[in-house]
Amino acid sequence: MTVTPLGIPRRLLEFTIDGEPVRAPEGSTILDACRSAGKDIPTLCEGDTLTPKNACRVCVVEVEGSRTLVPACSRRAEPGMEVRTDTERARHSRKVVLELLASSVDLSTTPQVAEWIKEYEAKPDRFGPDAARLNEEPKVDNDLYVRDYDKCILCYTCVDACGEQWQNTFAISVAGRGFNARIAVEHDAPLTDSACVYCGNCIEVCPTGALSFKSEFDMRAAGTWDESAQTETTTVCAYCGVGCNLTLHVQDNEIVKVTSPHDNPVTHGNLCIKGRFGYQHVQNRG
Amino acid sequence: MDLHFGDSKPTDDERAAVDALLGPPESSWEGADRSDADLRWARGGREARDRRDLLLPGLHAINDRVGWISDGALDYLCRRLTVPPAEAYGVATFYAMFSVKPRPATVLHVCTDLACAAAGASELCAGIEAGLGPGVHVERSPCLGLCERAPAALAIRAGDPVRTAVSAPATVREAVLAATAPDSAPEEPSAALAVPQAGSSDLILLSRVGVVDPASLDDYRAHGGYTALRRAFELGPAGVIREVTDSGLVGRGGAAFPTGRKWQATASQPDHPHYVVCNADESEPGTFKDRVIMEGDPYALIESMTIAAYATGAHKGYLYLRGEYPRALRRLEHALVQTRARGLLGDDVLGQGYAFDIEIRRGAGAYICGEETALFNSIEGYRGEPRSKPPFPVEKGLFGKPTVENNVETLVNVLPILKMGAPAYAAIGTARSTGPKLFCVSGTVDRPGIYELPFGATLGELLELAGVRDGLRAVLLGGAAGGFVRADEMDIPLTFEGTREAGTTLGSGVVMAFDDTVPLPRLLLRIAEFFRDESCGQCVPCRVGTVRQEEALHRIAERTGAAAADDIALLREVGRAMRDASICGLGQTAWNAVESAIDRLGAYE
Repeated sequence: MTVTPLGIPRRLLEFTIDGEPVRAPEGSTILDACRSAGKDIPTLCEGDTLTPKNACRVCVVEVEGSRTLVPACSRRAEPGMEVRTDTERARHSRKVVLELLASSVDLSTTPQVAEWIKEYEAKPDRFGPDAARLNEEPKVDNDLYVRDYDKCILCYTCVDACGEQWQNTFAISVAGRGFNARIAVEHDAPLTDSACVYCGNCIEVCPTGALSFKSEFDMRAAGTWDESAQTETTTVCAYCGVGCNLTLHVQDNEIVKVTSPHDNPVTHGNLCIKGRFGYQHVQNRG
Repeated sequence: MDLHFGDSKPTDDERAAVDALLGPPESSWEGADRSDADLRWARGGREARDRRDLLLPGLHAINDRVGWISDGALDYLCRRLTVPPAEAYGVATFYAMFSVKPRPATVLHVCTDLACAAAGASELCAGIEAGLGPGVHVERSPCLGLCERAPAALAIRAGDPVRTAVSAPATVREAVLAATAPDSAPEEPSAALAVPQAGSSDLILLSRVGVVDPASLDDYRAHGGYTALRRAFELGPAGVIREVTDSGLVGRGGAAFPTGRKWQATASQPDHPHYVVCNADESEPGTFKDRVIMEGDPYALIESMTIAAYATGAHKGYLYLRGEYPRALRRLEHALVQTRARGLLGDDVLGQGYAFDIEIRRGAGAYICGEETALFNSIEGYRGEPRSKPPFPVEKGLFGKPTVENNVETLVNVLPILKMGAPAYAAIGTARSTGPKLFCVSGTVDRPGIYELPFGATLGELLELAGVRDGLRAVLLGGAAGGFVRADEMDIPLTFEGTREAGTTLGSGVVMAFDDTVPLPRLLLRIAEFFRDESCGQCVPCRVGTVRQEEALHRIAERTGAAAADDIALLREVGRAMRDASICGLGQTAWNAVESAIDRLGAYE
């Protein structure tokens, strides 16, 4: 069982979402309030353990008085605000953003995106067969994880998790500019020559599968990856005394990857190299 | 933070370039050879990390000395500043003027943007490339801000010191000469040549350009310099803000926000220190007014910044100057030395017990850094990506502190406001657009240059002054982020409200004329290409949208009517989402010019 600290009590702000009055604690984002009110707003770059970067722009909503649409994930709710989540204008932007994304990168391993593409009637093909795509080969330069930037939507969550928000390793950053911007380590070197400490926290937060366990990558390539056949078991890491929670993903009686519960108040889903990748001894592969 | 450095080492030259900026390293913790003492104590951490804002100057130091930034040089700079190499690599690869791959010491930037394209830049480029050997790297560049002398080229030769030469209007021979022998290139013509009205008694903002010696502080004072600052000290900070508010001055950078309100909001913030930032990153294609002021009347800008700082309670100012303006940099650096020596900057400005100083920071080729929050990130040593607002700069700006940011033209307006008083200033122009306004006129006109007119003059009157030629097809107002108007719309009044009513914008004051010899579709492609190149890449609508727009324009470059209809509909849909959902003004305005060309000019009918 995980224990979530309650924190200090906060004032409630009153405002409206789609014309209905709502109350949300001070400091909440529009997205928090929408979710409490049961509104479904798509998000991609918003990570539950990270400060939102609002780079993907699929969560945009209309706020009365604002010239442009505003990102629900990062805009704080204000008293008296009039938010509209499902207008033609907001839906149009979400549709185009989904089209732009799906036409430039491979979203095949992004959860939920297929549903949204259907819901918003997005047609990523309409930019024609010559529309520029990333078309990059996966980078396989170590035995622990694979970087497939063809699936990268540049949401910055891996950069934030590696940098000052969690790991403080600063091994990766965004390099280049515009459509040529890419996640990269220093000097575009292989991961093995970089500052990476292989904590795998970037994989934990990646929303699209651009970063994945080598085990998952290999099984997908072999066609043996089957999420429906996997069980998840949360346990305590045995390596040291911190007591991090591990969630073991097991398929055919083999651990295929390790994640960590984000609601754990100590680790918030973060692990170290041993907890994340050091499970082979369990399986006695010889 | 446990930093990891590879084993790449800087060359002696690279080390010297960094040390010339930062001083020699004090211990092995920041890049010196290891001594026994270094093993007993550690230095760095927060103290060193606080110097992160020196990253951009450090990258400039290396690039200026060697011409590109090697792994070893970058790692050494990172050690000195305790910056993670991956982040510094992200910063170095953000700016167009830096290279992390080897290249020749001399780079020749040839402008291929709107005014230069209309003046034959592509033929010029081809000729230059044919005429130059492998020792020079030719770079096709966005607007160099020399539109009145199009086509333009700028040569930069790395070394100690770095040398620069401008060729404009450029011929193949002169541009090749500037690149191969920048030391012996002829001196650029005086800034006054960019001001066709120079010397006229009607001028207020440009009255000193071409009249004073830009190198002489005495000459500036003899022409009324520093009387506005004296007046400011008499009025006190609140009095200055009152005058600026009453004058009706609004920002001239394009957003037209009331300056007095911005100053008041900054001045009243309880958090300290406050900063003043001058946005001199004039990168809007077709804009060159700030360059002419900085080259022709540099002390006026310094005096204006001092007044802004005094009014808002700031003791430190940053002047963020675009990297493509070497002469403005030299003139301003000289002016800063002079004003410090004479007590007009420093601990005790004008003997009033008020401390203020200005630091110049050079941009490195990124249009987006003209966006106010991207500019803060750039100064702080991060990638020049815009921040989302709120919080606004008056509350959390540079280094997270209350900051007032104004562009050059806005700031120099403060001098006449204080000299003539708010009511007299407000009487100039119209009721809602007060004061004089600078316009950068270029393209197919006889006398391109900067014109100063009171708000309210019509587009036709301005173009008449500049010598509009027969066969005018279209006028681009406000630069690449602005919009086109037709040749029969000459009675549009040049005011904020007048252009708004006419469904267009004044933007930064660009007025670019194109006659019917200029191929419109190619011009629109150039605009699309510009935004694709200059998008920072942070948000999806802009990063991918600018690419999709350029692709669509390529597809319809030779098509009209029904054949283009599908792609025009696509452009509209993408453009609408970019305007609505992009983080900053770049993505929000990237579609304006093309849309106006389709709607007002019937570009693809």
